This record gives sequence, C-alpha cells and structure tokens, in this order.
Amino acid sequence: MKRMSFGQATVDATRLAMREDERVIVLGEDISWGGNFGQFRGLLEEFGPDRIIDMPISEALIMSAAVGAAMTGLRPVASMSFLEFTLGAMDEIVNQAAKMRYMSGGQVSVPLVLRASDGILRSSAAQHSGSLEALFTHVAGLKVVAPSNPADAKGLLRSAMDDDDPVVYLENKSITAKRGPVPEGDHRVPLGSASVVREGTDVTLLTYSAMTLRGTDAAATLADEHGISAELIDLRSLWPLDFETVASSITRTGRAVIAHEAWLTGGYGAELSARISEELFADLRAPVVRVGAARAPIPFSPPLESAVVPGTDAIVEAAIRAAS
Amino acid sequence: MRPPTGPATLAGLSPEVALPIHATMVRIRVFETRVTELFAAGKLPGFVHTYLGQEAIAAATCRHLRDDDYITSTHRGHGHAVAKGMPTNRLMAELFGRETGANRGRGGSMHVADFSLGMLGANGIVGGGFGIAAGAGLSARRRSSGQVAVCFFGDGGINKGPFHEALNFASVKALPVVFVCENNQYAQFTAIGRTSAVEDLAVRATGYDMPGMTLDGNDAGAVYAAVGTAVEAARSGEGPALLNCVTYRHSGHYVGDAEVYRDAAEVEQWRAADPIGRLELALVAAGWVDAADLEATWEAARAETAAAEEFAVTSVDPDPATALDYVYTPAGEVAP
Repeated sequence: MKRMSFGQATVDATRLAMREDERVIVLGEDISWGGNFGQFRGLLEEFGPDRIIDMPISEALIMSAAVGAAMTGLRPVASMSFLEFTLGAMDEIVNQAAKMRYMSGGQVSVPLVLRASDGILRSSAAQHSGSLEALFTHVAGLKVVAPSNPADAKGLLRSAMDDDDPVVYLENKSITAKRGPVPEGDHRVPLGSASVVREGTDVTLLTYSAMTLRGTDAAATLADEHGISAELIDLRSLWPLDFETVASSITRTGRAVIAHEAWLTGGYGAELSARISEELFADLRAPVVRVGAARAPIPFSPPLESAVVPGTDAIVEAAIRAAS
Repeated sequence: MRPPTGPATLAGLSPEVALPIHATMVRIRVFETRVTELFAAGKLPGFVHTYLGQEAIAAATCRHLRDDDYITSTHRGHGHAVAKGMPTNRLMAELFGRETGANRGRGGSMHVADFSLGMLGANGIVGGGFGIAAGAGLSARRRSSGQVAVCFFGDGGINKGPFHEALNFASVKALPVVFVCENNQYAQFTAIGRTSAVEDLAVRATGYDMPGMTLDGNDAGAVYAAVGTAVEAARSGEGPALLNCVTYRHSGHYVGDAEVYRDAAEVEQWRAADPIGRLELALVAAGWVDAADLEATWEAARAETAAAEEFAVTSVDPDPATALDYVYTPAGEVAP
C-alpha cells in the first residue's frame, strides 16, 4: 500500500472514477488550482476544463447545476469548499437534490456527491469551523459519510461516486493533510459500514471523522492509565448507519460514549443515543454519554477554541463516567 | 403596462404551426378551468396555482422544442407539462394524488414532472429551476446532444439570487439555455413594480451580456418568434437569452385567493387581452379557421379533460405500504 494524505487519497479516488466513467464531472470554486487542501490537485491536467469546472462563487448555482446535470445523464461532484458555504445552497440540497427522486415518483435519480470541508483547523473561527452533519442526516433523501483516515477517504469517496443518490461527503480540515496507507487501485468502502478500530470489553466509543483520532488516543489512555478496555468504532457513514456493528458492541460492553466535534445539542449523537436507548435499553448498564462542542460559535482565540471543542480528555472523562 | 389588444401576430407562422399552438392553449385553458372547479368543490388535495391567462407562452415556446429538450417549470406548472407533451390524464391523476399520476401521486400539482419528455419538474420553490436548467444545459453541452433547456419562471423569481447566479454562469459558458420570464406582473400578491429596481425586466440581461427582450406574452405569434430566435441561438452554441414575456394571471396566486391586492377593473382589462381570444381573432382573419373549426377544437379539449377527470377519479390511491418507496434508489436500478 502507498502512503498518502487524506487529500491525495480523494484525488486518487476521483481520478479512477473519472477514468472509468466519462459522465463524472467536478464543479467547484478554485478546483483547477487544486482546491484549498489539494483535494483536486492534478485533475485539471488529466481531464481538462470541460470536466474539472471552475465555478463562480455562487453556491446555490453550484448545487443546483449539479442537480440539473445529475438528472440529465451526468454524475457530478460538487465541491462546496468549506462546509458553511453549503448554507447558501440549502434550498438546492434539501428541496431539490434530496427530494427530487421521491417527488417524481421514482422517475429520476440524483447521482451527485457534495464534498465539503468541515471541522476545525487552527483557529479557522466561527464561519469556517462547523460540523453540521446533523443538518444533513436529518434530511430524508440524503446520505452522509465522514471518513477519518486516508484509506477510508478513498474508499468512501469511490462508493459515494458510484452511488445513485446524493451523498454528502465530509472531509475534516484537521485531517486532510494526515498521511496513512491507502490501497491502490479499485478500493471501495461500502456506505453504511462501520469499522471496529480497536476491540475492547468495558465501554464502546462511537466516533467519526477527526474525532476518531481523538478516540484512538482516548482508548489508549483509558487502557494505560485507568484500566478500562474501550472498543472504538469509527462509524464512517452516518446515513446509512451500520447499527448492527454498533449494537453488537454495546450488547457486549453495556456502555456507550458518542463523541463528535459538532454541537452537542441536537447533534448526530442525540439521534444515535436515542436509538441506542430505544433499541438496546435492556443491554445498557449505564446511560449513554455524549461528547460534543459547547453551545457557542467556534471561537478564534486558540485557548477559547480548546475550551469549546472537546479533545481527547473529554472522551476519557466521558468513558470513565460511563464505565463507573 | 397597458393591456395589449387586437389580434395576435401571425407573421412567420403557418397554419401548421399556429393551429397546434392554439389547440394546446385551448387544452390548457379547459383543463385549468376544470381544475379550478374541482379544487373549489374540494375534490383535490393540497393547493393549486393555475396557468389561466398565460397559455400562449408555454404553448408557443414548447412548439420549438424537441422531445428530448428540457424545460424547468414553476409552481404554476400545469401548462408547461401539457405543452411539453404530458398526457392530461396522467397530469389530472397526479392532481388527485393517484398512483396513476405522472409522479405516482408523490408530487402533486407543484411537482409534476415527466423526465421521459425532458420535463424536469414543476417546482414549489420560486426560482428553483434556474440552476437546474443551467445544469441541464451544461449536461447537454458535455454530451454533445444538441439539446436546449428552457427555464420558465415568473417575475417573482427574478428577484431570487439564483436568477443572477444562473444567468451569469450560463452566459460565461455560453450554455444552451433560454430563460423565459412569464411576467404576470404579480409576485404572489405583490406587484413587480414595487420590488424590482428596473421596470423593464429584460434590462437585467445586459448585466450578464446576453440578449434580453421584452415582448407581449399574450401574443402567441410574438412569443413563437422570439423564442424561435433564442432557441436557435442556444442550440447553435451562441449562448443564452432572457425573454420577458408580459402576461397576466386570470386567477389569483392560487385557487381561492381573495385577490385584495389588485383592482377588478385591471383584471377585466387584462381578461379582454386574453391570449386565446387574440389568437383566434388572427386565425379567423387570416382565413385559417372558421367558427366551426374553433368550436371543434374547444369541444375536443372538453372531451379530453372530461376523460382525464374520469381517468383520475377512477384511479386508485397509492398503497400506504409504498410510502417509503423512491426515497433512495434501489441498488442496480440505474444502468451503470
């Protein structure tokens, strides 16, 4: 396996998909320059400006043009740069992309991938640090994935591009440059398959995206310093969700901690916690504990940022609470 | 704008073109009139925005389109669907929410679509079609298909951000898109003059370096001529155009609207400028039809609408067990 960054892994997936299928195009701001995080680097040179299309800073247009293209025979990838920019295109995402298949009575599918950088990178401040996945998992008709490492970045993007429905692909800024082993060639990770990163017996840690890295550190600390054996599950795909893997772990551990960078209130963890309580109540030996950002816009000041956003310590504390 | 009067323009039209346009207009008129009655009688779920009074625009525009050309439509979309070729029984069944409807009852009045006819959907969101039409144009270009996309929208939509985003992009890329504004002079309840900085909406084309033209949208011949030029230019790679077709809603914003925002006298004046009456004046004057021919057209339309209603009334509702069908695409359904 080659080592490459998360961003390079997405380039690899896109390149392979574009070579295989002429219908794939990429629409986005600045993508012919490689994108903000190099996640489109080199694609223009191979595929040209008819397929790697620099768009005006018109988010509503980027999304709706992707919808129009997807409904008429293409398979567009729409790059929305920072996740907050999708908020200028929520009508197009929620009212058009997500609902078109259903509203038409199944006449059409909308095979598009919405790529956006979420999460926190070095004081990117309130309008460039969001983790808004719950806005998308809430919407019937969308699928949502949030990989945590380069191999999954490639495999999930490939599956998202294969998929016939709109997929929101969240690539966390803080891990875009992180490197790891990536399978060469046609590597795919199916949507709706979670990954057991570390096996354990005392408590189940449920994470995705960048929080999986903190969860990995937390699991090590829990074992080394607190004698707690944590099982870490990287959900990878939020909808569809691999609840079977989640359930089989919690059935054994009886305890669950859900950690995400997003705001705690109404976050994805709230939905997941509710489902665990409803379906696995008899197996639980303690209340489900959630870890998420405090209810404040993400601050610019580094110490304030750390105060709002949960780190490894927060996951460790939550696991101790759940396991006690 | 004062209501235009007098016969419609026939310059550049032949009977082979004008008579089908007239027939389509009459079919829409009869259909929408019956829909208004059915809604008032409580027979239709949801709510309904009719195309009454605007028939010349859809009928004359779609006469230029191939079956595989695209249109995007609005919440006032029944006329566009009929003009693009949707069978009225499937349209009526959709308004009744039936399984036999164009959208299997899942969409209703504001979402009627027929992708096999390039009818990419009515849209419940004002301005929802701008970017979709641009994307369809981009797709046609990429596939070298020679298709064009016509984006129908209203004077209300012209103040949405996506109007500007899509016109700009379509012009930058010279996409095969024609933007047809059905300027019925009211954005829901508000007169366009109160919310647009420019009175002549075609002026807005200048900012996007594309041809813009204001025309009498109640004159089927004028619409046919202007759209013909624009569609030909779009198809031959010359890029988009903006056509501001001035027309008038015979009905309120929706069926049941109390219409407190416009004068009865104004409505009467515009009803006198009815696009069907004006086209019939011209057709008779040209000797292309006589009164009996016209009556036959109306009678055929009445029979068609009655049959559509019968089809809808006798069709079944969707099975509740299928309520979650069509949210996502089953694996393997779309050809790879």
